[in-house]
Amino acid sequence: MADKPIEGEKRVFMTGNEVVAWAALAAGAEIMYGYPITPQNEIMHYWTRLAPKYGRKFLQTEDEISAGFTTIGGVLAGRRAFTATSGPGNTLMQEPMSMAEMMRIPVVQVVTQRGGPSTATVIYSQQEVTMTCFGGNGEGARIVYSTSTHQELFDYTIKAFNTAWKYRFPTHILGDGYQSKMRESLTMYDPASRGIEMVPTEPYVAKGGVPGIDRDPNHLRNTYNTEDELYDVVMGIMSDWEKYAPEIAEYQEFDAEDAEVLIVAHGVVTRAVQAAVKELRAQGKKVGHFRPVTLRPLAEEQLRKRAENAKVVLVVESAYGQLCKIIANSLYGLTTPIKKVLKPGVGVTAEEVVEEVSKLL
Amino acid sequence: MSVAPKMPKCWRPETKAHKFCPGCGHGLVLKALGEAIDELGIQERTVFGCDIGCSLLAWDFFNIDTVQTHHGRTTPVITGIKRANEDVIGIAYMGDGGGYAIGSQHLVNAATRNEKITVILVNNTNYGMTGGQMAPTTLPNQKTETSPYGRDVEATGNPTQGPEMVAAITPDTAYVARGTVANVRQLKKFMKRALENQISGNGFSFVEVLSGCPTNWRTNAAETWKFIEETMPQYFKIGEIKVPGEKKEG
Ligand SMILES: Cc1ncc(C[n+]2csc(CCOP(=O)(O)OP(=O)(O)O)c2C)c(N)n1
Ligand code: SF4
Ligand SMILES: [Mg+2]
Repeated sequence: MADKPIEGEKRVFMTGNEVVAWAALAAGAEIMYGYPITPQNEIMHYWTRLAPKYGRKFLQTEDEISAGFTTIGGVLAGRRAFTATSGPGNTLMQEPMSMAEMMRIPVVQVVTQRGGPSTATVIYSQQEVTMTCFGGNGEGARIVYSTSTHQELFDYTIKAFNTAWKYRFPTHILGDGYQSKMRESLTMYDPASRGIEMVPTEPYVAKGGVPGIDRDPNHLRNTYNTEDELYDVVMGIMSDWEKYAPEIAEYQEFDAEDAEVLIVAHGVVTRAVQAAVKELRAQGKKVGHFRPVTLRPLAEEQLRKRAENAKVVLVVESAYGQLCKIIANSLYGLTTPIKKVLKPGVGVTAEEVVEEVSKLL
Repeated sequence: MSVAPKMPKCWRPETKAHKFCPGCGHGLVLKALGEAIDELGIQERTVFGCDIGCSLLAWDFFNIDTVQTHHGRTTPVITGIKRANEDVIGIAYMGDGGGYAIGSQHLVNAATRNEKITVILVNNTNYGMTGGQMAPTTLPNQKTETSPYGRDVEATGNPTQGPEMVAAITPDTAYVARGTVANVRQLKKFMKRALENQISGNGFSFVEVLSGCPTNWRTNAAETWKFIEETMPQYFKIGEIKVPGEKKEG
């Protein structure tokens, strides 16, 4: 059996789904649980072909509720376990994800956003932002990385396992169908070759020894008897969340410092916005871009600082205001007006962004 | 000049040619169903529900009110309609993934409650619409996109015996059969009996149909038919499994 999936570094040209499968292998993911859905399928297809060669496992479940809960089981057994889904599958996974949130179970979920609501399209959207960040009957104690390139898909898939196991919050890679299906160049690497140490995992159950004799039994629960009891538990989760949020939050800025128009966009849309900013700057226009890499938690302070100095904030997204809600909430109290370009289920080009900004200047 | 082939009366000519791949079995299943509906004279009362799977391509197939539901959820949607309006003849049309995997709880519970609906399930041994992954009905050692080295029954179990399961959990007033697109006349008879069981208010009715998916099987016409006629019946027995108060055929 081959030892390391990737030795050192390797320059490749492949689809985003293939990238995720390789990244999970490189990260030492031990088991994937999944259910077919477009545009996620090929993550499973590559995983089922590659995994046996490296002693990794796979289970195709009967649906996504089961895929989410079996992933929880894999984590409880102390394995680096993950799942991947999209659209209506992500909807079904909200039940297991809310359990993971409540019980601090470090599952990794890859989401390849497709059009919604309902079955809609199998192609592309950014309409799973609200659901991935806040789905289920909880407070949204979830870490969400919104990737924009294949290199990031690789980097952040590896990172997701480490973030999840370090902080013990469910962690999500929020991609989309365009990233899944398009081919792009990137460098794959063995994390160790870059000095990335994988955070060790540990079992929650079957830890060895006789419970009650050699050690205390681990009684894991998600049900509480009174309002006050629940309040303490949720406040405990949220106080950890608040404590770690600043060190988890990531963002990128492009000419944001002196921007009069500050464009906010995430995921693949940032690529159009970055190109638009370049062009507008060449025209001498003071336009910049703030790109949250983590949608949960958001790099709120930095965003506020930039927005405060701008004349207008322009939110651009392939959804009808899902990012905008998060941004507007973070900018509460500032007087900078927020404009929107909302294109649910449709891609955004640099030309469109240039045109929209030109209307504002 | 080409002459249009004879179509069932309840088909919608404007949406033909249909959207399935060339050589797909779904068209033959819907032909048998269309003729059964015609012969029973129930076009007006029928509500057709299609699942997400290649059955979704039938959303505008008939001159019949049709609702496309979610993957696996056609059975409860049709159940809901039937419970609210008993005059309706409710048909839930789905694939083997939709019926036996994601929608299995609905199939089991609708059958247990003996819902007065008709479920028609197309068994093509894979997830057709999503590009050929393993389904509950995938045969032992059959290669699919998620069983690239062949289905390992030790790790993933044996092909689901759907009609046998439904027969085991339904009362004597239910109708259960397994037909095949290789025998459309017999299939139509099974469809008619299933629908009659609903029309008479007797109970649940369920027909599984062995069908071809040449696109994902990557088979030519001869290989496709060989698989349907010779290989699939080795695992899936064709015939009536439960007939209220009657002698079974098959
Ligand atoms: C909740 C949910 N999960 C997954 C999917 C993706 N999906 C669409 S069709 C399909 C499989 C269809 O297979 P089957 O039911 O066997 O029908 P066939 O296409 O083979 O006729 C799947 C998994 C979905 N639409 N919704
Ligand atoms: S993919 Fe298979 S089941 Fe679907 S339409 Fe094509 S041949 Fe038929
Ligand atoms: Mg099928």
